[in-house]
Amino acid sequence: MDERSNVPLIEVENLDVRLNTSRGPARAVRGVSFALERGETLGLVGESGCGKSVTALSLMGLLPDSAAVTGSIKLDGDELVGLSDADYCRLRGNRISMIFQEPMTALNPMHTIGNQVAEPLRRHKKYSAAQARRETIALLDRVGLPDPARRVDAYPHQFSGGQRQRITIAMALACEPDLLIADEPTTALDVTIQGQILDLIADLVEERGMSMILISHDLGVIAENVQRMMVMYGGTVVESGPTDEVFRRMGHPYTQGLFRARPKLGARKGTRLKTISGTVPELADLPSGCTFSDRCPLVIDQCRAALPPMVDVGPGHLVRCIRTDVSMAEPVGALTA
Amino acid sequence: MSTAPLLDVRDLEQRYTLPRESLFRPPGQVRALNGVSVQVQAGKSLGIVGESGSGKSTFARLVMALERPTSGQVALLGRDLNRISADELRRARRDFQMVFQDPYGSLDPRQTIARIVAEPLTVMEGADRTTFRDRVAAVLRQVGLRDADMDKYPHEFSGGQRQRIAIARALITQPKLIVADEPVSALDVSVQAQVLNLMQDLQEQFGLSYILISHDLAVVDYLCDEVAVMYLGRIVEQGRPEDLFECCAHPYTRALLDAVPRVRAGGSRRRRGAQAIASQSAAAAGCPYASRCTLADQHCREVPPALRKMGEGHLAACHKAEAVMALPQAAVEG
Repeated sequence: MDERSNVPLIEVENLDVRLNTSRGPARAVRGVSFALERGETLGLVGESGCGKSVTALSLMGLLPDSAAVTGSIKLDGDELVGLSDADYCRLRGNRISMIFQEPMTALNPMHTIGNQVAEPLRRHKKYSAAQARRETIALLDRVGLPDPARRVDAYPHQFSGGQRQRITIAMALACEPDLLIADEPTTALDVTIQGQILDLIADLVEERGMSMILISHDLGVIAENVQRMMVMYGGTVVESGPTDEVFRRMGHPYTQGLFRARPKLGARKGTRLKTISGTVPELADLPSGCTFSDRCPLVIDQCRAALPPMVDVGPGHLVRCIRTDVSMAEPVGALTA
Repeated sequence: MSTAPLLDVRDLEQRYTLPRESLFRPPGQVRALNGVSVQVQAGKSLGIVGESGSGKSTFARLVMALERPTSGQVALLGRDLNRISADELRRARRDFQMVFQDPYGSLDPRQTIARIVAEPLTVMEGADRTTFRDRVAAVLRQVGLRDADMDKYPHEFSGGQRQRIAIARALITQPKLIVADEPVSALDVSVQAQVLNLMQDLQEQFGLSYILISHDLAVVDYLCDEVAVMYLGRIVEQGRPEDLFECCAHPYTRALLDAVPRVRAGGSRRRRGAQAIASQSAAAAGCPYASRCTLADQHCREVPPALRKMGEGHLAACHKAEAVMALPQAAVEG
């Protein structure tokens, strides 16, 4: 442990993922790099097709066989890209776990929840059936499922959406992973339940010293739950930095557009939402140069020539835009609104 | 209330029978709606918010006359939709149309856009759909699509464009009322704003009324003149958005407002109290929200509160409404 204490838990460098879609090959993730320390929380924000889920799946080694992954993903200094299936099986659910968006499809309707939560314990920790059952009940109790000793033999359809998400969290936490990936964990839930689930995840992350990658399209969820964030668009990271820093002064026209386009409480009827023109591009036919150039209000010819580099605009705050002098002239962020 | 309302809903109740669990006991019931009364004036919009299981979607189905209520009435332009003949109802449907949540599921993938959008006309006017092409073209232009899109299929469009097509289909009969059940929740944030702006433009242009069902308070705030908060099949608070969101009188509205994640620099996590989920089947005495309410006392558990007037056009069903209104209100995002 000691010699590894200066190595980040996860180090992703120049990750590139090519997927074969019905519209031809698509670069779903292009040149994504980040590092995550132990106990640190990172948020990924973006719209559908921006590459945030593909990034998460490549960490989990769950991409389809046809996907071509280049670059490097290191867990505690050990390379994960190109790892054999059998080796990955030893990591998944053990050192890296994931919580999915749809708790109903993430659970197998044919097995009791007890068996599903116990599966990683049996597989990775080689617990006996009785041991695993005891541990499962303790886990279900920890995630706040009422009356776990009795409900452990129930099936997924006998639970509400919020309860099912609690069960998938128990599954993900069973082996005390080093890294928890939560892919839109509350999108399918009611707003009051969303709060409870996010509170639970935050408590568990703190209690067990895990690192977390939280994926969401909701800027509010990201603002309240992570220390650092990355905004993705068209497979690239367009802005990254400490959450407070990014929300104080947004640098990329896309981040600013997303922020302005949200309907806000207290914006009365009759006000108009500021939209981002156009639609989210298909990954198979992204514009050359800056991926946002087709929709950007500040676009100039130079933007279409090449993908802009990341520019330093504040402490740890990077923006992939060559026009930050214009975009950041008028501050956009939560403090200025 | 000088003119007759466009939509007048009175004491609407809906119960669903559960499958029988025992041969010797009567089957259980889900009380989906427990006496909802609400009115919508022409050209105004009503927003309905609440969690899943609060009866929002049942309410929408009853307003659309897709089901018969257990009791109560739904009157549109003075006609009770459950008392007119099937033939009359079919003709009356041109006045009220619906937009669904999922733009992927609500458009038939095997039909062209022209056929999908013209379908309400073919059903109502019975004529050959080839004569409707001009009207389809006009309505597509109104929702920001092109004439050339008529002969395409739904898979050629993005989610936001599909929702525009669904809105075009609702608009083609020139309805007075559009019921929209979570119209933007399946869309990306940047596209959501485009569709919301479109809905607002269409309302100004045609004097439409909307019943907008959403779990997103900000969406309702943006589009509606009046908001009703539902909990377990009842309206617990109703009023103008500014009354509800700045001076709410029901602890449930407050819980909903508190649960919305806010974008704030330097904002740390706010803790929310754990809340149990109440059952829809048991008809408990007293206030249905009492088991989740932090202010509830013995009186709340015994006597169900009725909707009472808290201000001009502001109703709340809570014994402690004055105490809730006196609490410091949640800061509204700027």
